[in-house]
Amino acid sequence: MTVGKRLWIIILIKLFIMFAILRIFFFPDILKVRFGNDRERGDYVIEQLSKTR
Amino acid sequence: MFENIDPSLVNWSRGQFALTAMYHWIFVPLTLGLSFIIALMETIYVRTGKEEWKKITKFWMTLFGINFAIGVATGIILEFEFGTNWSNYSWFVGDIFGAPLAIEGIMAFFLESTFIAVMFFGWNKVSKKFHLTSTWLVAFGASLSALWILVANAWMQDPVGMHFNPDTARNEMLDFWQVLFSPVAIHKFIHTITSGYVLASLFVVGICSWYILKKRELFLAKRSILVASVFGLISSLMLIYSGDGSARQLVHVQPMKFAAIEGLYNGQTGAGLVAIGIISSAPGDTNSRNVKDFSFLIEIPNFLSYMAYGEFDAFVPGVNDLVDGNLKYNLIPVSDKMERGKLARETLADLKSARDRGDTAQYALLNARFRDPDFINNFFRYFGYGFLDDPNQVIPNVPLAFYSFHIMVGLGFYFLLLLVLFLIGLYRNKLENRKFLLRLAIFTIPLAYLASQAGWIVAEMGRQPWVIQDLLPTMAAVSHIDATSVQVTFWLFAVLFSALLTAELSIMFKQIKIGSK
Repeated sequence: MTVGKRLWIIILIKLFIMFAILRIFFFPDILKVRFGNDRERGDYVIEQLSKTR
Repeated sequence: MFENIDPSLVNWSRGQFALTAMYHWIFVPLTLGLSFIIALMETIYVRTGKEEWKKITKFWMTLFGINFAIGVATGIILEFEFGTNWSNYSWFVGDIFGAPLAIEGIMAFFLESTFIAVMFFGWNKVSKKFHLTSTWLVAFGASLSALWILVANAWMQDPVGMHFNPDTARNEMLDFWQVLFSPVAIHKFIHTITSGYVLASLFVVGICSWYILKKRELFLAKRSILVASVFGLISSLMLIYSGDGSARQLVHVQPMKFAAIEGLYNGQTGAGLVAIGIISSAPGDTNSRNVKDFSFLIEIPNFLSYMAYGEFDAFVPGVNDLVDGNLKYNLIPVSDKMERGKLARETLADLKSARDRGDTAQYALLNARFRDPDFINNFFRYFGYGFLDDPNQVIPNVPLAFYSFHIMVGLGFYFLLLLVLFLIGLYRNKLENRKFLLRLAIFTIPLAYLASQAGWIVAEMGRQPWVIQDLLPTMAAVSHIDATSVQVTFWLFAVLFSALLTAELSIMFKQIKIGSK
């Protein structure tokens, strides 16, 4: 197998793992998943930043 | 070993980010530097028309291709982590990160990726000059891509050119040019890309040294050493210059990091620069603040003061001055900053409360505070201190910062010397006889990576506990998610990146053994 062919295979496997597995199943955008709009996201972050432990 | 790892969410999130960033940075500097070395070699080929130079260019282009193919897109993982593990931070930085990262995406995909296709597959399909232009554009595109992410990082070290919107809890960019041309960003960009250029030069010199020792590819090796050494030497000088500039900035924008990298606990007038030192702990001390002294020290008298302020007798604050405050030098105690930060946080909470209950008068009053320069300069600028429980939390890991900095600087000067020795060897045509120097160059390749990683440890660990200097500590930036999921993805990344690195080394070694055939 040529170097070029081997590299293309590595690139495709890597991108598949990153975008089709890791991104979808392990790395959701937390604020987008939990809240419907920017107002709710902002309010949530303000609560996080201003609440005293 | 693993029993010592703090299993908390914050530490696992930090560990995961460090793991991915450090692996990503294994691939990036070689891409940055080798692209310029290849462009220089191809320029010589186009100008002289000698086929040997085309062969040399193609050989290094193959190694560049291996590194690029395996390393490409590893940085995207970091952006995944922003949204999942660091959602408070991602929201808080708002547009400041959005704009530079969007430009970086355009640069990477449209400039770099387009012309990289011509560079690899365009030989004999496009004219020599068009191909050469593509190679140069790949080189500039790679460095320009790095510019935007480094500008975003510099903003985290020295947040400028923005306004905090208390309605949305986001920072909004007021002045793009202030963000782009902040002195921290300029020095960081030059220092980081030139470190990549030096690393790539040492990579070329090291591999060529192996060829010379094996008495193979002698023409390729000597010509490549010439190009890489000259390029590396010029880059080394720029690296040292920008490093000095970075340190001068550091003392103003991140004085605690500056004190940590010098192991300076008690401020001094006429402070000496530590050339070599071994930090010692006093018996029974429980935290890094109480590390007392050096068990071994060689320092250059007064030079730290000069480096920081341009005056040999200037006062340089130490860790203790910065924590406890120092009236004589107008240093505010951290405990005072904590109170101011807490007031800023309470104002934000009150504003949201006023908005929620529809108290428009109170809301307008509190909202106006976030636009009042007095409130911004005396309270909001210490917003992050409001999260701290103990003033000692502002102290980073001093031994780690100190050793990482000194390893980086020491190796940087060693690299400069090595490149000079190679040029002398070439000039006198005695390189083949200098076996020790050739072996040293091979051994120096991993040292170049060590110095490069140490630089990022200084930058990122040295600024702890801040994600955004003085505004957001790491503990407040993290998402409230299950720590187990971060642990799972930590190990997934460890496996994925280790596999990629193994593939890189395996294919690279094989290709080097084959040579330029």
